[in-house]
Amino acid sequence: MTAVRARVASALKYLSLIAAAVVVLLPLGVVALTSLKTSDELATGSGPLTPPHNWLNLANYVTAFDKGRMAEAALNTFVILVVSIVGTVFIGSAAAYAIDRFTFRLKKLVVALFLFATLVPSITTQVTTFQVVDQLGLFNTRLAPIMLYLGTDIVAIYIFLQFIRSIPISVDEAARLDGASAFAVYWKIILPLLRPAIATVVIVKGIAVYNDFYIPFLYLPDQDLGTISTSLFRFKGPFGAHWENISAGAILVIIPTLVVFLLLQRFIYNGLTQGSTK
Amino acid sequence: MTQTSSSLRRGGAGGARPQDAARRSRRRPRRHWRQGLTPWLFLLVPLALLVTFSYVPIVNMVVYSFTDWDGVSPDYTFTGLANYADILTRPELFKVFVASAYYLGAAVLQIVLALYFATVLSFNTRFRNLFKGILFFPYLINGVAIGFVFLYFFQEGGTFDTVLRLFGIGGEHLWLGDPDLVNFSLAGVSVWRYMGLNFVLFLGAIQSIPPELYEAAQLDGASRWQQFRFIIAPSLRPIIGLTAILAVSGSLSVFEIPYIMTGGAGASETFVIQTIKLAFRFNKTGLASAAAVVLLVIILLVAWVQRRLVPEERVTPS
Repeated sequence: MTAVRARVASALKYLSLIAAAVVVLLPLGVVALTSLKTSDELATGSGPLTPPHNWLNLANYVTAFDKGRMAEAALNTFVILVVSIVGTVFIGSAAAYAIDRFTFRLKKLVVALFLFATLVPSITTQVTTFQVVDQLGLFNTRLAPIMLYLGTDIVAIYIFLQFIRSIPISVDEAARLDGASAFAVYWKIILPLLRPAIATVVIVKGIAVYNDFYIPFLYLPDQDLGTISTSLFRFKGPFGAHWENISAGAILVIIPTLVVFLLLQRFIYNGLTQGSTK
Repeated sequence: MTQTSSSLRRGGAGGARPQDAARRSRRRPRRHWRQGLTPWLFLLVPLALLVTFSYVPIVNMVVYSFTDWDGVSPDYTFTGLANYADILTRPELFKVFVASAYYLGAAVLQIVLALYFATVLSFNTRFRNLFKGILFFPYLINGVAIGFVFLYFFQEGGTFDTVLRLFGIGGEHLWLGDPDLVNFSLAGVSVWRYMGLNFVLFLGAIQSIPPELYEAAQLDGASRWQQFRFIIAPSLRPIIGLTAILAVSGSLSVFEIPYIMTGGAGASETFVIQTIKLAFRFNKTGLASAAAVVLLVIILLVAWVQRRLVPEERVTPS
């Protein structure tokens, strides 16, 4: 009796897992199929689930890549990504170092300022953030998203703070007795020891920046400054109902994510678990 | 306190020299060094960015919310609470919260599903990593790509209709055009996109439970359900609390998916889309600021309530 029940339970378990996998993969798979079809195939009523005539028809990808200006978008995204990640690592770790290793006046206020800012969803303040960015003359420059990604990333400070607490203070005290300056301690001792936290921040930040749509959409309307997200979004106009091209564009954007995910799975899981609960 | 301030002054006059620091720390062996300027040098850039891009906008937002500023002209007049009165009395400005209710409902479903899959996959399962990867992957995908994928998926006579026909549900539906359906469709996309994150967080929490607990429970003849009820659920409480508050603030500030998929038209308009439209399309910066302040106050209230309910937890939005 119990054996039968266990068998049924196990079958239901796998059934639910397979159903969930289908729900996740079906919308993506259909788009992948469509990206390989010709516009004639779509026009003559090839259903969404029918396979393409030619599995190696990459013409839509060429069109999407060229006309969608994806090379430029990739370059822009890459520049913004690298600068904001490197900046976040230095800014976040410096702030965490100052907060954890020093006693100073107004420290509580500083910590409270950072804490309160995490509670404010940045999307609500975009109306007035826009004025600030505009007045600084950053509108329509790559510096606008970079500064915003740097300035509003408080989670990184928390990740570093959490980690820096686990580094024994005797380590930096010893170096200080040998005459190292506070800066030398940060640069030569703290920063190298923070490597696992840096990995977490790079992953969390990298995903957020690569996928961000709103900030580049609002601050980089210039066609030449398109990022992956905004360039893909612009497919809506010129390609109209050309779903074979739009699908190819979407798949082009998803492939790098898939590759990075397959390569760095474990780091990504750990990074997100730390990044959102610590 | 006096010690700190005296070292502050000293630091201000002579600067914090390394030899100085070493000598001082030998004289006063403390856990932390008390040097006036040094921490501020490290905090200079982070604080400058924090003030410029978080606090200046917040303060401006509160100020503009009491004005009739259009965002362009050089001057504006203070109108007192007129904008707030507008928001609270004009029902069409308030109806966007109806859409939030759909996302909130979706968030509940999402948490339940995530709990189920996290529990199932914490036990021995074939292809466990494959299932884990598939369930999680949508969270990593670019929002615009997701928008396009589902625009295609929900087309009239498209994938979804075709699949439904296989199950005997015929007809073509305007999944994104029908005001009665559009929020279900969009909230469904939201579940598809974010369930994986909750699932991975829950799974991480479950896997940090010492395995001896299960073994002991099994020896005592506990069923799977009892293991879930008495071992897994209690240890997940903190993370579920955190997820719940993120779900509330998340469903109030939904923006990307509806904006990309429907442009926030009609019934699918959310609070944030309305605010953005007021500010950038209708040049009602004052009114939009007041709306943003209202949203901010609601979210802070939710965070405060959550802290009162689960005081031992630290709340840090991801």
